[in-house]
Amino acid sequence: MSSKKGYNNNNNNNKNNSSNNETKNDDNFDPNVKNNEFTIFKKNSILNNNTENKNIQNVNNNLTFISEFIRNKSGIAGVSILLFLVSMSLYAFFGIPFESFKEWNNPNYWIDNPRLASPVWSDFFGLLGRSIPEHMILSSDSNGKNTNNMKNKVTISTTNENGVNVVTHSYHINYNSDTPPNDFMVTYSLHKKEIPPAIEIELIRPDKNKFNIYFDSITPSISGSNQSITLGRIFSTDNLIHQKLLDYLKFYDYQQDNSKPEVMLFSNSEKRSIMKGNYTFNVKFYLFNNEDKILNSKFILGGEKFGLMGTDELRRNLTVGLVWGAPVALFIGLSVSTISIVIGMIYGVIAGYKGKRTDEGLMRINDIFYSLPTLPLLIILSLFIGRSIFLIVLFLIFFGWMGTAKISRSLALQIKNFQYVEAAKLIGQSDIKIIFKHIIPQLLPLTFASIAISVPGAILAEASLSFIGLGDPSIPTWGQILHEAHTAAAASRGLWWWLIPPGALIALTGLAFVLIGNTIDSVLNPKMKKV
Amino acid sequence: MTSGFLFFLFKRIINVFIVLFSILVLTISLLGPTMDNVIKDSVKYSVIDSLSNQKVEFKDITERQIYIDKQINLQIKNLGLEEPWYSPNRFFNTLFKVMVLDLGKSNFFVSDSGSSSVRDIIIEKIPKTLLLFTTSTIVIAILGVYLGIFLANRAESKLDRANSIFAIFSNSIPVWWFGMIMIFIFAFSLNILPARSTPLTSPDDPYYIFDLLYHMILPFVTMVILGFGSVAYIVRHIVSEILQEDFIKAKFAMGIPKKKILYSHALKNAAPPIVTMIALGLAGSFGGAFTVEVVFDWPGMGKLYFDAIGLMDVPIIIGLTYVSTLIFLVTVFFIDIIYAYLDPRVKLNE
Repeated sequence: MSSKKGYNNNNNNNKNNSSNNETKNDDNFDPNVKNNEFTIFKKNSILNNNTENKNIQNVNNNLTFISEFIRNKSGIAGVSILLFLVSMSLYAFFGIPFESFKEWNNPNYWIDNPRLASPVWSDFFGLLGRSIPEHMILSSDSNGKNTNNMKNKVTISTTNENGVNVVTHSYHINYNSDTPPNDFMVTYSLHKKEIPPAIEIELIRPDKNKFNIYFDSITPSISGSNQSITLGRIFSTDNLIHQKLLDYLKFYDYQQDNSKPEVMLFSNSEKRSIMKGNYTFNVKFYLFNNEDKILNSKFILGGEKFGLMGTDELRRNLTVGLVWGAPVALFIGLSVSTISIVIGMIYGVIAGYKGKRTDEGLMRINDIFYSLPTLPLLIILSLFIGRSIFLIVLFLIFFGWMGTAKISRSLALQIKNFQYVEAAKLIGQSDIKIIFKHIIPQLLPLTFASIAISVPGAILAEASLSFIGLGDPSIPTWGQILHEAHTAAAASRGLWWWLIPPGALIALTGLAFVLIGNTIDSVLNPKMKKV
Repeated sequence: MTSGFLFFLFKRIINVFIVLFSILVLTISLLGPTMDNVIKDSVKYSVIDSLSNQKVEFKDITERQIYIDKQINLQIKNLGLEEPWYSPNRFFNTLFKVMVLDLGKSNFFVSDSGSSSVRDIIIEKIPKTLLLFTTSTIVIAILGVYLGIFLANRAESKLDRANSIFAIFSNSIPVWWFGMIMIFIFAFSLNILPARSTPLTSPDDPYYIFDLLYHMILPFVTMVILGFGSVAYIVRHIVSEILQEDFIKAKFAMGIPKKKILYSHALKNAAPPIVTMIALGLAGSFGGAFTVEVVFDWPGMGKLYFDAIGLMDVPIIIGLTYVSTLIFLVTVFFIDIIYAYLDPRVKLNE
């Protein structure tokens, strides 16, 4: 019998310290969970401690636990990072529209944003030399709240000129960049009847000159699905604007180019430089039917910086993607680690408690799982079964329970010999009841620490899978954003804002859980506190 | 050798075969239908291709179609494809073919020598993966062990704490992300190293190997930086645990110099767990090495895997899954043997 037991059954033969090495190495067979190396010491120490003095698990000690936890610096650091991530998740659910999550891969949803714009703070607001123009989206609905410049605003007025209703959307823009904007654009949506309304754009520059840059009647739209609603866009590259600007070339003391309205309109009339100050774009709609109604209009000034975190190649706002990444990462990390550790614990306890042939068989299966190469299998599974986030969670659980199973088995082997367990057996309690009522509660402290410590492994695994291009393509995750950054060669193009934040957030999340796990351990294990 | 050790060896080998077999069965059952379609498509193309070369005359299109269908059916029968993939005959045939890497031709890739056979393509990539992987692992191991012993000697010092923090950090950072940052720093900002690690010189060039090594610098440095911290952390803990033992204290009492105790007595006793730990880390970071290859465009198996997934080149995917599983299992197997050899408790299992 003893020779049959073989290599893996050593844990129970060598008690405590001498068995440490054994468990350590077994634990590391799992290639997926990088953090195992840290876990091992801690797990073993809990292992020893639990069985030596069970008092630690007493409910009375909860308060001391919390106060000790608070006294631990790295624990506080971990918890505050976690709080930051949680508030990010809450902000994702309550602060930004859920549409942005669903429409993440729909380029139309992000059409108003600039391509590859850097974050607004990337030029330190012009404190270090030249400032880059900010991308501004002013909407008649939101009253200019989209930009961080408080001087930008939208006013709406309605007048009646000779029986014609004139609705004016005035966009007040404070322009203070050293370079001209990339372009500008006016979009509108309106209800109309037979006689098409006319649209006029006039610009009042900081030097009080008034430019009439556009006048045309609205042609029937192609894009509007609903007949009565007309959607339209007027670009600064419009030929009408170029023609209109011909009349104003005389304003400038030097040669200006009327085919570049964005440069001409924002230039000084005396010298070749940008005129800073308040610009007002009046977008006038002449409505000839009483039923006509302007739904909304937008003025977009194309710039090179946008939002807190910039945009990617598909014009998506990276701030939104990064914020949505937080709840997704927390979901993956916590669900994978919790479920796999609970499964592993029950599996291990059953093996250890039942012993004999059940133990032998279960541990053989565990051995086989241990030697599975995780990455190739994950690739095959997600390629040919599916890539939804829930399937990925399932796959990661599939590869994540073995380490806990081994440790809890060796613990169960010790606990089942305790007198109260034997007593329970003698009075005829069922095996299931003994396992769930007498053995598993003993393992719970170990469980909390292991859950925290195995979270980063799960998050890293999902991120790696997304990075290879096998993640859930329908939702924004940090790994997915990095995958797109890599496909667009962001690193060799120097697009740092697309590159650094997602990875930093992955690392930060991992760090938070490692710190919390280590602290739980060291608090539960006075012996290990110094480590 | 005791019979216990032989039995242990036997059990490990059985385990390797069970795992290999079950992974192959899983792969084939997942990929079977796709693979069938791929083969049938290639038969169709080759029939049409050979027809256009033969210049056979037909009266009309339908007659031509009938001829083509006939030829295709004939070929499919010759290849034994008329049975479904799960029929035992075909299943074991496929299994055998995968095991000897006889997977036909890749649809999209060619090897450097111009062959499109899956076996040639994969075999050509293995040494490059192993080159990057083993060199970085060896450097990580040496750096880690020496730093670990150094720190064990100075337990609780500032340096020791710094390394603990560094180790925790380097474990939380995805290695491929760090690779991207390295490209950003060294290829984009400083412009001193190439961003892509695929050498531009042809493999026949005698200087190819130097070019390859030059391109290896960035991925190599990336892996080493993120790797040595945690090895040092582990070694430090194992060694400092051993330094607490009575026999070491006795050696100190005997007046043996500290350096000798550290590097000879303590290290000798710490060797089994350290060796296993490093070897296991090697097996474990195998997957990580694949993603590093992807980031740096290193022309190894990981990059090929990535490209094959992008293009859904099924024969290559199956071949790579098999080869990487095999390499992984063989590594784990040898680790077991080494561990059993180094640690007498395993074989003397009384």
